[in-house]
Amino acid sequence: MSEWIEACSVGDVDEEDLIRFDHDGKTYAIYRSPDNEFYATDGLCTHEQVHLSDGLVMDYIIECPKHNGRFDYRTGEAKGAPVCVNLNTYPTRVEDDTVFIQVK
Amino acid sequence: MSEKKRDYSLLGEDARQAVEQGLANADWYQTGVPRKELKALMKRSDGPAIRDTLVWLGAMVVFSAIAAWLYPSWWSLPFFLAYGVLYGSASDSRWHECGHGTAFRTQWMNTAVYQIACFMMMRNPVTWRWSHTRHHTDTLIVGRDPEIAVMRPPDLLRLVLNFFGLYDAWFALIDMMRNASGRLSAAEKTFIPEMEQGKAIAVARVWVLIYIATIGLALVTRSWLPVLLVGTPRLYGAWHHVMTGLLQHGGLADNVTDHRLNSRTVLMNPVSRFIYWNMNYHVEHHMFPMVPYHALPALHELLKHDLPEPTPSILAGYREMVPAFLRQLRNEDYFLIRELPPTARPFHGGLSNTGGIAAR
Repeated sequence: MSEWIEACSVGDVDEEDLIRFDHDGKTYAIYRSPDNEFYATDGLCTHEQVHLSDGLVMDYIIECPKHNGRFDYRTGEAKGAPVCVNLNTYPTRVEDDTVFIQVK
Repeated sequence: MSEKKRDYSLLGEDARQAVEQGLANADWYQTGVPRKELKALMKRSDGPAIRDTLVWLGAMVVFSAIAAWLYPSWWSLPFFLAYGVLYGSASDSRWHECGHGTAFRTQWMNTAVYQIACFMMMRNPVTWRWSHTRHHTDTLIVGRDPEIAVMRPPDLLRLVLNFFGLYDAWFALIDMMRNASGRLSAAEKTFIPEMEQGKAIAVARVWVLIYIATIGLALVTRSWLPVLLVGTPRLYGAWHHVMTGLLQHGGLADNVTDHRLNSRTVLMNPVSRFIYWNMNYHVEHHMFPMVPYHALPALHELLKHDLPEPTPSILAGYREMVPAFLRQLRNEDYFLIRELPPTARPFHGGLSNTGGIAAR
C-alpha cells in the first residue's frame, strides 16, 4: 500500500541540486530540476550503493560521486557504465511549499 | 624480512581476505567540504577541455606532419619524440579524465576523446573503464585493485621496460588478441559485468583491423612511417606517463582506507601538467573524483589543511620513492608513511592491515 510522505520543504533543495531524505529505514534522493520541478529516486547508486546526495546534478542527470555513474533522475534510467541498473523513482507533489513523495 | 608474500591475483587469497577484513568496498576518508563549495568545483564545462584537446591533437598533427616530411632524415627525430609523448603519454591522462566523464560537460565529447585515447594507449575502453572503477573502489587493496602499478616486491626490470612501454604494450597486445578471439580472462570477468563483455570483444576486433591496415600500409609502401605514427608511439612516447604515474601511489601504504596514506600529490611544471592533465593532484582526485581536472588546483587549496604537504617536485618524489622500492626488495611490508599537518584530522582506519614497517 503506497502513501504520501512529507519529505522536505521546497526551500531545502537548491535549483539543479538534490538532498538526501531518509524514511522508515530507506534512503531517498529528492531533486529540484533546472525548471523547478521536483523528482525522487532511491538514494543509493545501483552500482555500489553510494549515497547520491553527495553527487552532482547537471540538468536532468545525477552523477554518482564515487565512480561518476549517471542516471536521468526523472526516469531513473542508467545512462552508461559503470551504472547498468536503473534507479527506482517515486511520484512527487508539492503542496504549500512542501515536497511529498509517494512510497510503498 | 616479511613473512607473508602478497598475492595480487584478483582471484587469490588476499582478495578473499580483503573482503573478510572489510577492505573491499570500504568507507573511505573524505575531508569535509561545504556542499556549496564542492558544487562550485564539480561544475562541468566544455571550454577548458575543448581548448586543451585542440592543442593536443593539433600539436600531434603538426609534429607528425613535420616528422613525416623530414623522415627518414635524423632531423625528424625530435618531432617524432614530441609526437610520441603526445600519443603515448598525454593520451593516458585523456583516457583517465574522459573515462571518468569529467573532462567535458557534453558526454559525447568525453566518449569521443576516450575512444581515441584508449586506442593510443592500447587500453580496451570497456575493460579499463571497469578496472579503473575497481581501482577507485579499492585503491591499492591487495587482491582487489587491478591497477597497482608497482607490486611488492617491486619488479625493477618491469619498471625500466615500461619507461619504453614494452611491458604494458606486450600484455596489451596479448589482451587485445585474446579479446578479438572472443575470450576474456578469468580476472577480467571478475570486474566486467557480463552485459558489457561483448563490447570489449567488438572493440578489440576493430583495433586488430586498424593495426593490420597500418602494417599493411607499411609493407606496401616499404616504409616504417605508418608504424612510427600508429602503434609504436605507445612505446617511444610512454616515458612521461610512466614517470608521472609511478608517483601516484609508489612506495606508499597498501590495504588502508585513507587516500592521504596511499596517494601522493606532487607539484609539477606547467608542461607536465598539460600532458598529465593535473593528475599530479592525486590525493585530491581520489578523494573527490567528481571534480574535473581543471578545478583540481582549486580543490587542492581547499583541502591542503587536511592533507600531507605536496611533494615539491617530480625529482623530490623520485628521491623518496626509489629508495622505498629498493627497501621493498628486502622487505615487502616497508612503505612510506605520510605526515599530516597539525590542522589535519587523524588518518582513517589505521594501519593494522598494512602488515608493515613505515618510514618516517
